[in-house]
Amino acid sequence: MRQRGVSFWLLLGFTLFVCAFLIVPVVMSMLAGVTVNYQTGISSGFTLRWVAQVWEGYSDTIFRSIGIALACLACTLVLGVPAAYALSRAQSGFARAIEELLVMPVAIPGLATAMALIVTYNTLGNFRTSWTFILVGHVLFTLPFMVRSVLAVLSVIDLKTLEEGAASLGASFRQRFFTVVLPNCRPGILAGSLMVVTLSMGEFNMTWLLHTPLTKTLPVGLADAYASLRLEVGSAYTLVFFVMIVPLLIGMQMLARR
Amino acid sequence: MLYLLFLPAGIVFAAFFIVPLGQLFLIGASGRDGWAAYAAILTNRNYLHSLVSTTLLSAAVTAATLLISGIAGVFLTRNRFAGWSALVAALTLPLAFPGVVIGFMVIMLGGRQGLVGDIALRLTGEHLVFAYTMTGLFVGYVYFSIPRTILTVMAAAEKLDPRIEEAARSLGAGPLRVVRDVIVPALKPALLSAGAICFATSMGAFGTAFTLATRINVLPVTIYGVFTEQANIAVAAALSFVLGILTWGVLAAARTAAGSTVAAAG
Repeated sequence: MRQRGVSFWLLLGFTLFVCAFLIVPVVMSMLAGVTVNYQTGISSGFTLRWVAQVWEGYSDTIFRSIGIALACLACTLVLGVPAAYALSRAQSGFARAIEELLVMPVAIPGLATAMALIVTYNTLGNFRTSWTFILVGHVLFTLPFMVRSVLAVLSVIDLKTLEEGAASLGASFRQRFFTVVLPNCRPGILAGSLMVVTLSMGEFNMTWLLHTPLTKTLPVGLADAYASLRLEVGSAYTLVFFVMIVPLLIGMQMLARR
Repeated sequence: MLYLLFLPAGIVFAAFFIVPLGQLFLIGASGRDGWAAYAAILTNRNYLHSLVSTTLLSAAVTAATLLISGIAGVFLTRNRFAGWSALVAALTLPLAFPGVVIGFMVIMLGGRQGLVGDIALRLTGEHLVFAYTMTGLFVGYVYFSIPRTILTVMAAAEKLDPRIEEAARSLGAGPLRVVRDVIVPALKPALLSAGAICFATSMGAFGTAFTLATRINVLPVTIYGVFTEQANIAVAAALSFVLGILTWGVLAAARTAAGSTVAAAG
């Protein structure tokens, strides 16, 4: 082990400080969600009262968010995986332009996309008041992540040779797609899926404009609770959100490390 | 066959993004002022002020984030120690936290019952509350941007050749000169693309400002106000269209300059 200099300890201290900046508020809010009185501190004791209150008032938003995230995942799989494959095979200026277009809903603020959807589809039957209106926004926003994630895997493997091999053995396009292309895309599909579900569950910028009183999602409910309820309830709600989202984030980190 | 595979995504994208965006563009010009609504962001004193303060805030956030993440990212790439992976995991955990939640994290730190306020009270006898001001927004956006930027910096720093630094050092360059003349130029593409994402997200973010419930005059909040309170849909459409072009333009420019693909941010 070589001797660590002063600069090492200074930089380590700095990095630890940055880490504390990110993590301390997370831990604080989780604690606040189960503390009887946050003003008095932890000495006031622990309680699940606030979590129960959140469950009573907002459990519908939790289930709606899970439902929308899963529906969004299904849509991005059906739309995104074939699209990524097509883009990887058509490596041309045209494919690049298409990819560029697909990323636009991420590059421009959700507020603008939501407003565009509203001014276009405001009058279309019940669409505006249905949860599918939110789903459309989420699909637009998450589709690029699925496409990119699958494309990243496709660009490192030599799919062309694999497919030619299968074709020379008489496999049809359909057989090749399901038995050669899809299994090879698996790591990309998995990483993309985790990202899609995580982003959909947390999406707020668009959803705040797209939602109606009957289609509130979890982040919309959070904003609601932060604005109108006591700190402990907002914290308990955040705690519920963290319990749902942190396993997904850790899963993404583990996938990335492999 | 390939086009057929792309068709479903293409149809959905055209119907729910291209067409609505075109519609937004037309509606922006449908108000009292016609196409002049698109110039309102420069001619209306309120909107211009909002644009300037949002740009300044985003520039400050970008500078602070690049500095913090650059130092921490290069340090983490160069050194391994006990607890290293846990530290990296913790630093990148908030990667996909939504803006509303980040606003709440800022309240935890700098709100009326915040940690920083408590510490300040004990040290100086004065209660420090910064969450509901421009400072709070600044802290929130830096919080949001650090995880992603650290990841980008670490990926780029992996590829640095330490021998070049050795060479610079043996030629008599001090640590600061090595950083300035060797490390920073080598990391430039990564810093440029990470900085662009950071800037664009700060320009368009809405959730954090919303949670902090301030009257801070940043562009997305201004647009939201025009849309809901004044119900001036034409001006709101024009403003959000301009904002969209602006953030997209920043990302596209950085991508061209950095020569690599930029995964844009939520």
